[in-house]
Amino acid sequence: MVMTTSTDKLIYTRPTAFTETPTHYCPGCTHGIAHRLVAEVLEEMGVIEKTIGVAPVGCSVFAYNYFNTDFVEAPHGRAPAMATGIKRVLPDRVVFTYQGDGDLASIGMGEIVAAAARGEQLTVIFINNANFGMTGGQMAPTTLPGQKTSSSPAGREVSTQGYPIKVAELLATLDGASYVVRRSMHDPANIRKAKKAVRIAFETQVQGLGFSLVELLSTCPTNWGMTPVKALDFVAEQMIPVYPLGDYKVSPAVAVLKI
Amino acid sequence: MTRELWKGNNAIAEAAVRAGLEAYFGYPITPQTEVLEYLSRRMPELGRVFVQAESELGAINMVYGAACTGVRVMSTSSSPGVSLMLEGLSYIAGTEVPAVLVNVMRGGPGLGNIAPAQGDYKQAVHGGGHGDYRQIVLAPASIQEAVDLMVLSFDLAEKYRTIVMLILDGSIGQMMEPVEMPPMQKVRRRDWDWATRGRDQHPNGERRFLTSIYLDPIEEEKTNLRLLKRWNIIQANEVRYKDYFLEDAEFVVIGFGTAGRVALSAVRAARAKGIKVGLFRPVTVSPFPFDAVRELVPRTRGFLVVEMNTGQMLDDVQVAIRGRVPIEFYGRPGGVVPLPEDILAEIERLSSDILSVDRDPRQEWFKRMSALTPAG
Repeated sequence: MVMTTSTDKLIYTRPTAFTETPTHYCPGCTHGIAHRLVAEVLEEMGVIEKTIGVAPVGCSVFAYNYFNTDFVEAPHGRAPAMATGIKRVLPDRVVFTYQGDGDLASIGMGEIVAAAARGEQLTVIFINNANFGMTGGQMAPTTLPGQKTSSSPAGREVSTQGYPIKVAELLATLDGASYVVRRSMHDPANIRKAKKAVRIAFETQVQGLGFSLVELLSTCPTNWGMTPVKALDFVAEQMIPVYPLGDYKVSPAVAVLKI
Repeated sequence: MTRELWKGNNAIAEAAVRAGLEAYFGYPITPQTEVLEYLSRRMPELGRVFVQAESELGAINMVYGAACTGVRVMSTSSSPGVSLMLEGLSYIAGTEVPAVLVNVMRGGPGLGNIAPAQGDYKQAVHGGGHGDYRQIVLAPASIQEAVDLMVLSFDLAEKYRTIVMLILDGSIGQMMEPVEMPPMQKVRRRDWDWATRGRDQHPNGERRFLTSIYLDPIEEEKTNLRLLKRWNIIQANEVRYKDYFLEDAEFVVIGFGTAGRVALSAVRAARAKGIKVGLFRPVTVSPFPFDAVRELVPRTRGFLVVEMNTGQMLDDVQVAIRGRVPIEFYGRPGGVVPLPEDILAEIERLSSDILSVDRDPRQEWFKRMSALTPAG
């Protein structure tokens, strides 16, 4: 507990949507920030007790240990299908998936596209850190052209290894998607914008306005071989030019949401 | 009670509805597509959940998600589609949530054909997804039995927090027979102490999570042993089979599903010719009725295993009999349904031939088969 005196003002504490379990994430990884944004939003909306999260396979496979909500753990890439099953039988619940880029944009592309196309009333938090983190930094569909990874040691060669998949742009083409945006977590101003987007995404679901997804550009200092600060710079200087921040789909009903 | 004419696939769909099915997730594949079509109308009519998934992968993971909330949920598919679902089945088994799946089996491997077959016995009974788990597998031989077992499937799945798979040869799904439908059950959402429905639905507001990950091998080993312990209870309590003319039988035919049904006609014909032969038809092929087969050993001169494959259940029969009595095999794989007269000829051969426990039943059959249908 944080001790305060009558003259102190408590301005920062653990969101009640978190358990007290310390996370297993590497120093400088932005998963912790992304988790916190979700936790703050669930607390502010008063929906902790009616939320069911769906964890992916990847670094955030243990997300269920950190959130003070019900949780299930999906097979690699299948979180949107599992979430569909939950939400369809319990439509008054708040259901979200939390997925990395290997999970969502590689093996799970079929499930995410179909869930968005069906307009499932789900919220997806999509962590784009341009590699497979948990298995040790292999090339992902989101790896930047020329980026060195443990499975593209000479740098991603687009003529043989293809181009980055831009998930927000891709899903925004689907009529079932109501709110699809990309944000970054590389500095406080962007983190605040990301928080607002996460809030709108959950509000979209709670209001029954359709499928929502927030793509969050994230760091992976360990596998990128960078200090945490350098990794944040990499997001700002290298990732954002390939993955421009912005609102890719905001349906008219979502646009007039009052937060 | 009235009997109505039902097509197999429609009948199991209606039976599932009457058993309290709350959510169905499926994908079209012949010869099970009528289940999907039937439920696409029937489920919304009752205010229940129907989703045509993007793939069998999608369908089984929707089942997995819904199963975690503790409602009665099912999918149906056919052989190639079930192969795609195996990943999900392994996770469902590892998470210990109840789920029901129907496989209306067709000829294979690969794309195969859409004719009735029993080539998925090993996948259903011995294999399936990765890891160390078992599932209940029920094999009906008529539409009435399929309907009755469909209802039972949900009860067993919930009782043991396990997967129950109903395996229908394509013919059971496609043909029509008179059926007495079970009564309509109310949809009951039970207060399972494991279901994840959000904390405000749990008695103490506690947080629940469902997962199949146990990074510590000791914990995974405990899980494997817990699953086996549960399986031992299933094996002790849930073995089901039907027997016909076994009282004085010197020879016993063993077959499941359609093969067992055709064999019954052959057994009747053989009885008319004075051959003392009976039929043993496993209804639970998993758990396999090992003890019941073993009990037949002292009074049986020879067994004939009949399957619509190249001898898959045969291995289980051999385990049960342990080489103490001769076994012969007759199979028609690839979507070919054996005729009663073919099986009758085998029964006649069984009763007149010199049998030996040293013969490999599959290889002896293959030699005879090759003379008729040379392997390509």
